[in-house]
Amino acid sequence: MNVLLDNLGLYGSAFLGTIELFVVAAIGSLVGGLLLAAMRVSPVPVLRAFGTGYVNIVRNTPLTLVFFFFAFAYPRLAIVDLSFFTRACMALIVYTSAFVCEVIRSGVNTVPVGQAEASRALGFSFGQTLSAVVMPQALRSVVPPLTNVQIALLKNTTIAAGFSVFEAGGIYQRLSEQGYNVLIGLLWVAVGFLILVVPLTLLQRRLERSWSVAR
Amino acid sequence: MTVLYDVPGPRARTRYRLLGVLGTLALLAIFGFVIYRLAAAGQFSPRVWEWIQYKAIQLLLLDALWNTLRAFAVAAVLSLIFGAVFAAGRLSDHAWLSRPATAIVEFFRAIPLLILIFILFFGLTQGAGIQITAFWAVVLGLMLYNGSVLAEIFRAGVASLPRGQSEAAYGLGMRKSQVMTYVLLPQAVRAMLPTIISQLVVVLKDTALGFLILYPELLYQARFLGSQGQLGSPILPVAIVIAAIYISMCLLLSSLANYLERRTRRTRRIDPAAPADDTAIEMEQIRAATP
Repeated sequence: MNVLLDNLGLYGSAFLGTIELFVVAAIGSLVGGLLLAAMRVSPVPVLRAFGTGYVNIVRNTPLTLVFFFFAFAYPRLAIVDLSFFTRACMALIVYTSAFVCEVIRSGVNTVPVGQAEASRALGFSFGQTLSAVVMPQALRSVVPPLTNVQIALLKNTTIAAGFSVFEAGGIYQRLSEQGYNVLIGLLWVAVGFLILVVPLTLLQRRLERSWSVAR
Repeated sequence: MTVLYDVPGPRARTRYRLLGVLGTLALLAIFGFVIYRLAAAGQFSPRVWEWIQYKAIQLLLLDALWNTLRAFAVAAVLSLIFGAVFAAGRLSDHAWLSRPATAIVEFFRAIPLLILIFILFFGLTQGAGIQITAFWAVVLGLMLYNGSVLAEIFRAGVASLPRGQSEAAYGLGMRKSQVMTYVLLPQAVRAMLPTIISQLVVVLKDTALGFLILYPELLYQARFLGSQGQLGSPILPVAIVIAAIYISMCLLLSSLANYLERRTRRTRRIDPAAPADDTAIEMEQIRAATP
């Protein structure tokens, strides 16, 4: 208990770092994933090919490697000098966007083609078809797995700690310097993550139960 | 064609063609900029690629690859065993067995894998005095996390089978263990095989976390080579080569999963009793896959 109480400030700021990173990366990956999904279902072959290629490559790349690139290799390119926080966000967004894209794409594909055909036959425009017919149905099958992807993102933020120490995964190094018991310190970090992840998991299960559509 | 777009008429076709040209130009501009930056930073000069020719470095990278594959193989086998044991525990009729199994599986799924590995490596060594090598910290961490996910996959596979299967087996007078081993498990494993292989891709990818506790796998050696001044500090070329190795290994395993998935789908369609529900299967797989 002492390890936690003595270092409450350290834990607080570290978990705040985790949450900041999570929120920025979550919003970024949703936007990126939506763009990629729009490319993957678009009628333009070039964009479709790019979206498919991106998703296939990024899904088969270890996140640590993406971080490795942004932490060590990116500064060599000397494009724009970015803080480590920004680079960590970029690494997480590049990686998670591919998973978000897959969820959205397969969610859109669960809507039967007849739905869109019927709405076009009724004279709906593209925007109306999308917003009034396809999206409301797709959303139901998209949101539960999307929550899963975001939970994984929250856990993946710890990898940033392997490259720098502003984040919850980096607490052990400070504790070790001050001579505290690292095992107990790390167990408290695990508890912190349980507190963050369990409510999200419960929410996800609830959405999955109440939103599942019988087709 | 996807659900969103109708078959294009003449006007839509010109619009798509225009978008195609614009998209190609934009993508070419992005790739061109990246290549220009790489060239401007001197990453294409022969000096920073020289290291590939050295025999000692090739052997070093082979050794690193072996370390990665060794950790992957041991972790994959252990996670499959862990998953099978805990799935059996969760499916048990005895609460004293199923409740702890559920708690353990949920616990290890909720904790970030890196924190698990840190606990095993730094925590146990410095906090409890138990010496554990980097190899075993990585392997055990992977086993606990991926084993829990696999337990969930096995359980979902058994739960997704029609009730009639187990009812018929009980009706024939089989015991629960017989129902499980002869009737439910063979079908569940077959249905979930693509998902199981996809999870093994995750195991392979996550061996890269060993880099953060200085397990001498591919990324560790990449960092080492990239900081060698006498080679011209070739961190970018090394990162590109290592990325190519990782991506091709994972793509191979992923394509095996895709192949198996196509095969299971094909046979399902023939079976008149179980109507094909491709989208439901795909959503199930996406749900089970953890990034």
